[in-house]
Amino acid sequence: MKSFHSLLIGSALIMIFSLSGFAQSTPQVFRGAQIIPIKGAPIENGVLVVQDGKITAVGDANTRIPRNADVHDVSGKVIMPGLVDTHSHIGEGSGGDRSAAMHPDVRIMDTINPRSTSFNKARAGGITSVNVMPGSGHLLSGQTVYLKLREANTVEDMLIYLDKDKTIYGGIKMANGTNPIGNSPFPGTRAKSAAMVRALFVKAQQYKAKIDEAKGDESKMPARDLQMEALVEVLEGKRTVHHHTHRHDDILTAIRLSQEFGYKVVLQHVSEAWKVADEIAAAGLPASIITLDSHGGKLETLDISNGNGAALEKAGVLVGMHTDDGITDSRLFLRSAAMAVREGMSRQKALESVTIANAIMMDIDDRVGTLERGKDADFLILTGDPLSVYTHVEQTWIEGKKVFDRNNEDHKKYATGGYDVFRAAAMHTHHEEGGH
Amino acid sequence: MKTLRLILVLIPALLLSGYVAEAQIAIKGETVYTMAGNPIQNGVVLVKDGKIERVGANIQIPNGYEVYEAKVVTPGLIDAHSVVGLAGYMNQPHDQDQLETSSAMQPELRAIDAYNAREVLVEHLKNHGITTVHTGHGPGALISGQTMIVKTTGQTVDEALVDSVTMVAFTLGSLNRNITRPGNRSKAIAMLRQELIKAQTYAQKRASGENNSTDLGMETLVDLLDGKVRALITAHTATDIMTALRLQREFNFPLVLDGASEAYLLVDEIKAAKVPVIIHPTMIRPGGEARNASMETAAVLYKAGIPIAFQSGYEGYVPKTRVVLYEAGVAAANGLGSQAALEVLTIDAARLLGIDKNVGSLEAGKDADIALFDGDPLEYITNVSHVFIDGVKVK
Repeated sequence: MKSFHSLLIGSALIMIFSLSGFAQSTPQVFRGAQIIPIKGAPIENGVLVVQDGKITAVGDANTRIPRNADVHDVSGKVIMPGLVDTHSHIGEGSGGDRSAAMHPDVRIMDTINPRSTSFNKARAGGITSVNVMPGSGHLLSGQTVYLKLREANTVEDMLIYLDKDKTIYGGIKMANGTNPIGNSPFPGTRAKSAAMVRALFVKAQQYKAKIDEAKGDESKMPARDLQMEALVEVLEGKRTVHHHTHRHDDILTAIRLSQEFGYKVVLQHVSEAWKVADEIAAAGLPASIITLDSHGGKLETLDISNGNGAALEKAGVLVGMHTDDGITDSRLFLRSAAMAVREGMSRQKALESVTIANAIMMDIDDRVGTLERGKDADFLILTGDPLSVYTHVEQTWIEGKKVFDRNNEDHKKYATGGYDVFRAAAMHTHHEEGGH
Repeated sequence: MKTLRLILVLIPALLLSGYVAEAQIAIKGETVYTMAGNPIQNGVVLVKDGKIERVGANIQIPNGYEVYEAKVVTPGLIDAHSVVGLAGYMNQPHDQDQLETSSAMQPELRAIDAYNAREVLVEHLKNHGITTVHTGHGPGALISGQTMIVKTTGQTVDEALVDSVTMVAFTLGSLNRNITRPGNRSKAIAMLRQELIKAQTYAQKRASGENNSTDLGMETLVDLLDGKVRALITAHTATDIMTALRLQREFNFPLVLDGASEAYLLVDEIKAAKVPVIIHPTMIRPGGEARNASMETAAVLYKAGIPIAFQSGYEGYVPKTRVVLYEAGVAAANGLGSQAALEVLTIDAARLLGIDKNVGSLEAGKDADIALFDGDPLEYITNVSHVFIDGVKVK
């Protein structure tokens, strides 16, 4: 009778909470794993508590476990933050066409297929946040999109908003070197490439000046120009430039342009970074590198080195990494970090380079990239050391929801591949057209 | 003055020593994978005159042997199918010799005429412990040409050569877009069958004395039909794998399957045909013909008892070559296991290529091709510390 009473009271309480809109989800507790929070030392036999999509506690075995929690014993496993990829081509999107060399108005967001199996592939590799970009066959191929790899029905379900008004959810893609060079309207040389970019940004500065002069007076505002509007966001530091650049001199050109116009830039690929690591450090710019199993394949990568990570770390540069999927495989993103360690990068910086460093480059480090109280509950359960070839991503969680489970055969196939797993439409082939 | 004289004396001596393969070397390994029996803990490999002299646990190192130490010692690794030396790292028209597109079938093209022993990617493989490579004409044409086996050393193809004509490379399925014929799969097979029948007729006419003129392409296909060289048929889809087996039954030539992305669908058929498989790179991009590739296929075939080997394959962009050491690691982690992966990388590949008498294991009398590692060879963070080919330190 007494228990019946408490059941009634309990039900009433639940109803009240539900009605009030303050209903909290059941806390999820992951206990017994080694936790690599990225910020701070690894915690043996740790406890991770998540609720309502956020991390509510990270600590050692003495961490208080909420009474009503679902407790998962993950002894013997390793937990680390979900991976952040600064440069990928998953999602079947596209950027500017061949009508011009620069397309600041073009949004890859309008072309993303949220059902693409390439997203499942990335989840299987432990990627939870990603910068999806148009290709590098243009000086400026369009606006990139920052996505959370939530289970999604629409692209809006995946967007990571950078501003309160929810108008900015990505950066802008630029490229120099040989990829954007071609027949008119594309530039024929490197100097012409830089001149075209400068002319565009000078125009954007003038457009911005008109807006500033209008001081909010609608009648004095310049006519709306989508290209200029995106570039004003770049000039105001609201939209980051992701600059594809390989050769040492092209890297310096990318730095020079960013300094002239004062925009935020992430140097992408930086294949010859080891030659100009000190110059990158002096400019105070972040660099996102790629791992390749051999040099060559194109003239600009003859001197690429998997020692770039070590060289940049030594110079004091903020080092991130990317898959450039399909150049490297999202399922093997942790491998990139390990290959950098093979060539001398520190273990800590290598792990940061696939998590918090990339989050900083995308201005989302207040939300993701480490396991800290208050951050999004984006984390991985690994079968072992993140840098070991034998380790698998066992589970990928995003905002407290499990989006990949290797023990589920319907999910595992995205990790291993197999018959009819990856649909042809999901395959990214634009590198054959000179895209990367 | 005295030091200067000493240096002057030493320089020629050092230069000379570079050419001497007769150095006596002792390699101590915490673990020595001989691939002939169980791994030996705290083993020693003695090398003399370019050959392995002795391998064992309790070996007294004789005087005069140069000693090297490593955590792990393995036989030199074998890349069972590559295009290095023909497909250069610049990826420019002048250094791409793995595929001739002027005709769909050119079995007469020899690999030795196109191999650049000084190519950067050959050195790249060597620095990863790969000492033997089966390389040559790549996939893309119905019959693209011949393959050969080289060591990843030497300044000329002659210095590198192990076997000058090893296989004839065929491709089923989609061909290079610059080759205009055939237009589809069934036409391709009709053309191939006609060409092989032509070779049968050619052989008959040569035997009867009816024809004494020489056709280089026909000569190569006759060698294939006579079993003197093998067919290396690149086929990824189940349809194309079955076609390869069907052709082999019809013309009775020795066959090695290559790529074989969907081989997991046809384990019984491949096993019944007693055909070995040079499996696609484990990390192959799951697109095009290989869209259904699985990282677990190496394990599936191995467990079924089908002989397999790893390949770096052909890459059209970046990376310009893959590295079998890396492909083996990912296969090991996807069901194959590290011991089996190391066997496939060495002795199994040697057997598949028919060179196991000389390479593939650490046994007395074999070539002193040896790789030294500072940890588990398959781990991402392990480095290759030294590489020996024919008893000469090449890294």
